[in-house]
Amino acid sequence: MLVLTRKTGEAIRIGNDIELTVLSVSGDQVKLGIHAPKHVDIHRKEVFLAIQEENEAAAKGHSDLSKLLKG
Amino acid sequence: MKLSTKYHGTIDIEENEIWHFEQGIPGFEGEKQFVILSFEENSVFYVLQSVNNEALAFIVTDPFSFYKEYEIKLDDAVTHALQLEKPEQSMVYVILTVRDPFKETTANLQAPLVLNTTNRKAKQIILNDYSRRQPVAAAAVKE
Repeated sequence: MLVLTRKTGEAIRIGNDIELTVLSVSGDQVKLGIHAPKHVDIHRKEVFLAIQEENEAAAKGHSDLSKLLKG
Repeated sequence: MKLSTKYHGTIDIEENEIWHFEQGIPGFEGEKQFVILSFEENSVFYVLQSVNNEALAFIVTDPFSFYKEYEIKLDDAVTHALQLEKPEQSMVYVILTVRDPFKETTANLQAPLVLNTTNRKAKQIILNDYSRRQPVAAAAVKE
């Protein structure tokens, strides 16, 4: 992993069109500003992982689905 | 074209019935083509079936019929990705995580599927509010 040290107000460029700016630091919380093209999805990692997991759980379906759906 | 499905056996589909998820969906990024199939005996639930992977299918439903107060706002990134110009072009489904007994089934309201009916582009979006494990309303369950 590449590690860079930045101060408040300083930024990092990733490729030609993504920019991450450190907006503020307070205790163990860092506020980041992100400039990225519209086609780049940006999510908090734990939220994205939770959705991945839920999709995987949903894909398992149920062996007796048609019976369940009929009720 | 012939399509092997998880719940419907082998069926015939037309190319123009395919929904294109250009980025796949989280957890299944490689699956970009799906069709939506209905159950004959049940008009509330549908199947989101992968075109390229017979074993991959999700049970989906129209969230607005279950959760009257459900409301989603599409940001620029989504309307841009789907080339959505007006709300009437869009359709929304949510994925169910089916559990036994069925009344424990939950709906993923946090990550709805948004579809553009004009160009058939689709995307699972992630919202900041709403639960990813919302119990399905009791009214929807046939006891």
